[in-house]
Amino acid sequence: MSGETNRVGLNKTDYVGAKSTLCVGCGHDSITSHIITAFYQSSVDPYKVSKLSGIGCSSKTPAYFLGRSHGFNSIHGRMAPVATGVHLANSSQQLIGVSGDGDTASIGLGSFAHMLRRNIPMIYIVENNGVYGLTKGQFSATAESGSKAKSGLINSFQGIDLCTLALEMGCTFVARSFSGDAKQMVPLLNLAIRHRGTAFIDVISPCVTFANHEGSTRSFDAVKSHNVHLQELGFVQPQQEIKVQYEEGTTQQVELHDGSRLILRKLLSAEHDIANRDLAFARLNEARNKGEFLTGLFYWDKDSRPLGEQLALPARPLSAVGEESRPSREALGKILSRFE
Amino acid sequence: MSSVNNFVITVATANGSGSQSSNNVLVRTLFRMGLPVGGKNLFPSNIQGLPTWFTIRVNEKGFTARKRLADMVVAMNPATASEDMKLVHPGGYVLLSADAKLPESQWRPDVHVISIPFKKIVDNVTDSVKLKKLLVNMAYVGVLAELLGIPESALDATIEHQFGDKSSVIETNKKAIAAGRAYAAEHLKDVDLPWEVAERAGQNDGKILIDGNTASAMGMVFGGCTVVAWYPITPSSSVVESFIDMASEYRIDADGKKNFAVVQAEDELASIAMVLGAGWAGARAMTATSGPGLSLMAEAAGLSYYAEIPAVIWDVQRVGPSTGLPTRTMQGDLHAAYYLSHGDTKHVVLLPGTPEECFEYGQVAFDLAERLQTLVIVLSDLDIGMNLHGATKFAYPEKPFARGKVLSAEQLAAAGRFQRYKDVDGDGVPYRTLPGTAHPTAAYFTRGTGHDEAGLYSENPETYKANVDRLSRKLDTARLLVPRPVADVQPDNKVGIVTFGSSHEATSEARFLLQRNSICTNYMRLRALPLTLEFEEFLASHDRIYIVEQNRDAQLMSIVRSEMPQYSSKCVSVLHYDGMPLDPDFVYEQIHAAEMVST
Ligand SMILES: Cc1ncc(C[n+]2csc(CCOP(=O)(O)OP(=O)(O)O)c2C)c(N)n1
Ligand code: SF4
Ligand SMILES: [Mg+2]
Repeated sequence: MSGETNRVGLNKTDYVGAKSTLCVGCGHDSITSHIITAFYQSSVDPYKVSKLSGIGCSSKTPAYFLGRSHGFNSIHGRMAPVATGVHLANSSQQLIGVSGDGDTASIGLGSFAHMLRRNIPMIYIVENNGVYGLTKGQFSATAESGSKAKSGLINSFQGIDLCTLALEMGCTFVARSFSGDAKQMVPLLNLAIRHRGTAFIDVISPCVTFANHEGSTRSFDAVKSHNVHLQELGFVQPQQEIKVQYEEGTTQQVELHDGSRLILRKLLSAEHDIANRDLAFARLNEARNKGEFLTGLFYWDKDSRPLGEQLALPARPLSAVGEESRPSREALGKILSRFE
Repeated sequence: MSSVNNFVITVATANGSGSQSSNNVLVRTLFRMGLPVGGKNLFPSNIQGLPTWFTIRVNEKGFTARKRLADMVVAMNPATASEDMKLVHPGGYVLLSADAKLPESQWRPDVHVISIPFKKIVDNVTDSVKLKKLLVNMAYVGVLAELLGIPESALDATIEHQFGDKSSVIETNKKAIAAGRAYAAEHLKDVDLPWEVAERAGQNDGKILIDGNTASAMGMVFGGCTVVAWYPITPSSSVVESFIDMASEYRIDADGKKNFAVVQAEDELASIAMVLGAGWAGARAMTATSGPGLSLMAEAAGLSYYAEIPAVIWDVQRVGPSTGLPTRTMQGDLHAAYYLSHGDTKHVVLLPGTPEECFEYGQVAFDLAERLQTLVIVLSDLDIGMNLHGATKFAYPEKPFARGKVLSAEQLAAAGRFQRYKDVDGDGVPYRTLPGTAHPTAAYFTRGTGHDEAGLYSENPETYKANVDRLSRKLDTARLLVPRPVADVQPDNKVGIVTFGSSHEATSEARFLLQRNSICTNYMRLRALPLTLEFEEFLASHDRIYIVEQNRDAQLMSIVRSEMPQYSSKCVSVLHYDGMPLDPDFVYEQIHAAEMVST
């Protein structure tokens, strides 16, 4: 596939970045390759993308994909407001941000929550490993209580469920996936690319160095054995044929504005409707109570309105606003006369 | 002292009692009569009930800094009436509200106390109990107008100007003023004030009476600010609120869309991060804050400096440390601003001293931030920002926006290679590209971690050192670009005075007082950091230099000590830091006493 050019005439290799410096086998690297695949498949023009991150192993990864896009590895916990600023300055840029569970659920929790309220159009990925990888394995706020650290310490605090929190904050696209699950992640990312608001994807991404041992709830084995799919996801690019045959009545197709289609195939006995926020809460709570990693698309508001639209930003980016915006001499006179 | 157009009146009321518009009418009327006048509002950190004072100073020479004592106090606040009586100098006048019910035994014997039944005066003006409470304030305006000889037509004109098309408001206010006037005409005939108001028609043509925060916001509206992210904090909030107000009217594209965006952020960590995101993507972005917010912005300030991202912080200083005195003034953030963040950081700091400069720096701050690709902090303060100062009407800005070294796709194609942090021109300022630039070499990766000329991650010792040395060179470039100090120098004077920001007003008057006592001084007012060559020459050419600042730790002096140590032995600090605006007598007394010892 890497030899084929996509609809903007680029090869898959045009979507790669610098060589990763993460530990061999780190879940974060798998996510990087899913991002490359999805952006290539969706034929996104890399010049129209800005990559953002905070600080952490996860936050380093924007350097490893989309080498032709501008990237901004900012400060710990501030990816959300930095992205907000980029959106305000140039709302035509497609934003993709990669954060960690420390970056988002601890130091950046406030910033994250408020970005969701504003519905900043961006793909917001948390590479969630239950630990602070870069500072060598301390628990993060998403670690399950009872999980064991490499040091032997047992986590006694309840973990924050970022998907539930995102729903509560009014997030318009809420999903969870697993770094090793290309089949689920790539369709999710393809859909997220087209979402007009914050597309939040909480990706369970094992830290092979600090959280892959017996007793950790986040080891590869633990995650794999507790991973339950909410639905099977497929994504069909515009003008692409549907190759897979689905059984009658088990699938739902949603057509998007550009002609692409999201395919949802029922898996659970319980009904789920991605347009129903209350059901999304219910599914997440059930899964938590059962100790499952339930993955899939929980909630999607097709008609979401991003911040730029709410602020009535002009068609040209604010970054391109120059002297022509300076009010007239008469306007200055009028304002000054108030202070005579 | 001249008895014409030379007096200080302090009005003591309670916060939230509605005295603000009356005080405004009074001060603006005097201004519109052509008098040099200033207004200072001393208010508590409270919404309703606590005492507040408004001081109007009229001075024929144009000195409108704070005086410690007033010629007349209007004591409206029962809770503070006996204390407020102390605000007037011996022989002065107190218009005491009879409603304060202060027993005569507590009246000061050395001042003229005139008891006035303000409530009764407005009794017939309206039936509304609520309105009556507000109108007592207009009644004192009427009484003062009669006593001072302010013509009715002048007051009427101000009221009409102030209340615009709200005709019923205009009528009621005029009635209350007339009632006050009538009372004074009938009952205060014998009061013969030792000063008077004389109209100076035309003297204030071409001038305005304005607070610095509004002037700053105007500067940003005309200076191309497009993104504002903020978190409310006294005394900076009105910078953004005025910006929203004016931009919503005057920064609208032909298609009706706003060519600016304002986001009220969740905290200052987020506001500055939004500013950095927007600046990185090419917008002229700013945030306004005060001390506590500035402290929260420290980490991002270092990112702006090191990753070289344009940003503007408008800090309207209040009294610190911590929450401090939120509604009092100080120049205590000079160090915090100049060195904000960990590691070796030094920022460009602009120091406006007048409303005209607040307006001008509204553009200059962005020009410098974009030219230098760095954080620019503007240090205003509560005295400049929230008090009323006379100013020359702002000239229409003609200068194009300086957008700095930004490479387009075409320029990249011609250039061949692009390295984000390479010092191509030798001025320490590299070239940048904006996201969205459609060229294969346009993209780069911005990081606050160590990086080489191409922006790639690096921990190499030489690379690190070369990079931060280049940032020092960039600060030297800034030295040439920042607003020059303003000087008033006679070659024979050997004593110099240095100020910055709001210390200018009081120090100018102190120099006049010194001169009357045969101490002739030269003067330099700094308008920016880093320190410039002009400043060094000033230090070099004087025997003694008094550095006047409004903080305890002599913050400017310590920057001088560290950067120009050879002159520090001739520098003497004059420090004022009780939260009140600097007063000329203090500066005069300090310098006079020191000169008596030195000579
Ligand atoms: C203000 C600040 N505090 C602390 C740190 C140290 N620090 C770096 S990364 C990190 C945690 C990262 O954890 P996470 O976001 O989960 O990323 P991971 O490495 O696990 O992918 C911390 C605490 C920092 N860089 N900045
Ligand atoms: S420490 Fe953990 S999170 Fe960091 S790179 Fe290694 S495996 Fe990945
Ligand atoms: Mg982590």
